[in-house]
Amino acid sequence: MTSVPETAADTRKISLLRVLGPGHVWALGVGIVLVGEFMGWNFAVGKGGAVGALIACWVIGILYTCVAMIDSEVTSTVAAAGGQYAQAKHIIGPLMAFNVGLYLVMAYTMLEAGDALVVGDLLASVAAQTGHALQREPFVLLTVAVLAWLNYRGVFMTLTVNFVITAVAFLSILVFFFASAPWSAGGMLQHKALLTDLPYGWLGVLAAMHFGIWFYLGIEGTCQAAEEVRSPARSLPYGTMSGMITLLIAATLTWYVCTGLLPWEYLGRAITPLYDAALVTGNAWLEVMLFVGTLFAAVASANGCINDASRAWFSMGRDRYLPSWFGAVHPRYRTPYRSILFLVPIAVAFAYVVPLDQVVTFSILSGLLGYTFMPVNMILFRKKWPLGSISRGYIHPFHPLPALLLLALCAMTYVAIFLGYGTQLAAMLVFYIVASAWFAFHRYKFVRRGDQFTMPWPRPKGY
Amino acid sequence: MSLWTLAEYAAWAVSAVILLWMLADMLRIDRSYDEDLLTSSREGELE
Repeated sequence: MTSVPETAADTRKISLLRVLGPGHVWALGVGIVLVGEFMGWNFAVGKGGAVGALIACWVIGILYTCVAMIDSEVTSTVAAAGGQYAQAKHIIGPLMAFNVGLYLVMAYTMLEAGDALVVGDLLASVAAQTGHALQREPFVLLTVAVLAWLNYRGVFMTLTVNFVITAVAFLSILVFFFASAPWSAGGMLQHKALLTDLPYGWLGVLAAMHFGIWFYLGIEGTCQAAEEVRSPARSLPYGTMSGMITLLIAATLTWYVCTGLLPWEYLGRAITPLYDAALVTGNAWLEVMLFVGTLFAAVASANGCINDASRAWFSMGRDRYLPSWFGAVHPRYRTPYRSILFLVPIAVAFAYVVPLDQVVTFSILSGLLGYTFMPVNMILFRKKWPLGSISRGYIHPFHPLPALLLLALCAMTYVAIFLGYGTQLAAMLVFYIVASAWFAFHRYKFVRRGDQFTMPWPRPKGY
Repeated sequence: MSLWTLAEYAAWAVSAVILLWMLADMLRIDRSYDEDLLTSSREGELE
């Protein structure tokens, strides 16, 4: 690892290391999301029934495919840590960028807290089987501390570990699917007996959209690696699009296996649906594999979230949107070490104080606000810098259809969330409005306005 | 004392050691290097 000598006369600059490839980008995106296949998505079954959850899975899959396509095009051009924050800064403006940066930090830090809680709950459930009432708090702290340490020590090892554990978790879903022998008429899957009509009609399907997000929440996190990949124009689109394909496969297989083994009334309330489905098979190997898959998926998600939240926080510090102290890079490990460490107590506090469903709902809301920004960003990007005016690593097809579709699906999902979590939605919007006022009237005077726009682009069309 | 209770104490202890190590390393780095160097990273710049 390249380190910087400890001399006062040193005039070198320190930056994040460009050491990642497309596999690491895949591991970052899929690693953050895959835990949603092991838990959470099934609440969509409780809202809309098994078929309603499948509709939600695929409709929200279209939403996220639009997100992945749009992100791949813009990020292959704006190759900077901070991802969508840096995109918003260059394409829309500082106030939008500040808000997007906050969405990212809140979404990932809360998801990290939720993941750590899941690890604690899983270990507590194992201990309960031996008759011990395990405290989950020390294991929540241990999860966050170990993963923060890994992130502190370097991005290459962090995302290599994520690649391995994410691959194991994904394989556990594939093995479960093939072990359930879906081609066999007399096999263990009982779709004919278990699938019903829509129990709450189309309103239930709409409500299920909220939890359909769990299948894919966080795939846009691949953009945070933009400043650390060796070839952003190639690695980011490959990693993001292959990640999205992986998730579409994993989501559909998960739905298929779970709805063939568990009645929708139980599935809609289960905490660990894939693991519970494995228990129903009575196969000890599958039980162990799905337990390990669930544990690894939660750890991989927390690991990716620490990586992404710290990059977004670091980028805002570097641009002085936050105190510039956060914009420091470790001279030996080349990581945003102050941002990583600063966010540790915040994640632990969320995990200890806020209930799991509230933590994840706030994370989803922050993510959804970020997705709503993307179509506006994309339309302005193509308008200000039309094709041919700057080099793009990837050009998404059918513009502006994906952007308009994404906007419409976001609007529909807001309605779905309002049906179940209207108070939280209002509280979140108030928080961002207050934060925006603080930025516009207080913080922005510290920003060096000329320094924040770094892309060597031509003057935008019409300016 | 059961194995689970020991695991709980071990989790608290290991977490404390890791967090203190990171804190100590951050303070050491902050004292050893000039602040301008540590915050010299610029978006879009390659070494």
